[in-house]
Amino acid sequence: MAAPIIKIDAISKSFGAFKVLDGLSMQVMPGEKLALIGPSGSGKTTILRILMTLERIDGGHIEIEGEQLYHMEREGVLVPASERHLARMRQKIGMVFQLFNLFPHKCVLDNVTLAPMLTKGMPRAAAEKRAMELLDMVGLADKAKAMPAQLSGGQKQRVAIARALALSPKIMLFDEVTSALDPELVGEVLNVMRKLAAETDMTMLLVTHEMGFAHDFADRVLFFDRGKIVEEGKPDDIFRHPKEERTQSFLKKIIAAGHRV
Amino acid sequence: MIDWSGYLDLILQGALVTIKLTLMGSVLALIMAFLAGLGRLSRFFAVRALATAYIEFFRGTSIFVQLFWAYFVLPMLGFELTPLQAGVLALGLNVGAYAAEVVRGAVQSIGKEQYEACTALNLGRWQGMRHVILPQAFLVMLPTFGNNAIELLKATSVVSLISLADLTFQAQVVRAQTGNTLVPFAAILIIYFVLAMLISWGTRSLERRLSRGLDGVRV
Repeated sequence: MAAPIIKIDAISKSFGAFKVLDGLSMQVMPGEKLALIGPSGSGKTTILRILMTLERIDGGHIEIEGEQLYHMEREGVLVPASERHLARMRQKIGMVFQLFNLFPHKCVLDNVTLAPMLTKGMPRAAAEKRAMELLDMVGLADKAKAMPAQLSGGQKQRVAIARALALSPKIMLFDEVTSALDPELVGEVLNVMRKLAAETDMTMLLVTHEMGFAHDFADRVLFFDRGKIVEEGKPDDIFRHPKEERTQSFLKKIIAAGHRV
Repeated sequence: MIDWSGYLDLILQGALVTIKLTLMGSVLALIMAFLAGLGRLSRFFAVRALATAYIEFFRGTSIFVQLFWAYFVLPMLGFELTPLQAGVLALGLNVGAYAAEVVRGAVQSIGKEQYEACTALNLGRWQGMRHVILPQAFLVMLPTFGNNAIELLKATSVVSLISLADLTFQAQVVRAQTGNTLVPFAAILIIYFVLAMLISWGTRSLERRLSRGLDGVRV
């Protein structure tokens, strides 16, 4: 059996007095597509943000490809990671945000080429060639010279996906990437993600409220509540035959709110 | 009847000195503004302390006194400056202290999500600052930088006190030689105003050019 690509071991995280994560452990296998669902405040987004090093952990350990994320070994003891260590670890991970976070002063093409040129020293021509391939993949090759303000929400999010892919991460984190979109624009973003899942062997973690999409997309679904994994399993098991009472009532509420499973 | 052509020449020479002071002072002020403004945001306490000390000192003391120090006191310490050098130094350091706070405020006004995008794309602190944060923050700084530059232009008149022949100094000369007060003072009033308008127009058109394509985002 292969080794897990992400190994989270008893991590905890508080915001002030609010304990978001309390001794959470989980593992993700290489190439696995994981959906994290649960009520807001349950800690699912925090896990993605911790993996992207946007939040620090208060305790516990995380390993990516067998290497410590927040710690490094020095003379046999684990010490807090240096900025250089974090930068090296971040190369393995890409993230797409709920609000896109595109650079508004740069055109679409420059949004995608900036990081490869700066962090990998890629020459402009090579970075632009790769960017155009990615923009083509998300169906926006004709918008390469457009500014982000000229795009729709769905187009912005597809640019954001291309931008994250340009660094060729092994792990992609999607944080409620369709929550800020008008309903008619959700489909185009989900289609890109489906294509990505079909065409690559990237490990993907997805925080979402799109239960129908989570069902089709994920190999495994984790239901979170109050910083803990309440239930996990295959999509069919979680969505059709949830065992835990809390999972059942969450799904009932979501369906009542009009989301298709 | 006074022949004004020679005197007009004097005033135009003064205008040149004023323009020179304004340009050179603004360049120094801009450099100081970015050094001290970004210094206040440094991770290192010593850098923050140094930047804060500079800003508070130069905002907190009079530009007259700063100029007198640059011209009269520094030579006693072994630094001999020409009147122009002393003027540029005092004006640049003084206005730079105000503009440093503009830099800091503008950088801090850029949303957290832009910094997070930089982290997610693995840009280093300086790379993110240089390519993502500062280009956006610069647009926020521009209108206030325009204000600062106009303030600097008007403050150049203090150099007449160390006998540098700027616009105000030449007007005094003309007044003394002709006995006419209205003409020289009206002339420099208009020239100062025109120069200030030029600065306003310059910053506005730069602002327009840089904000192109950002519609709906800011400004």
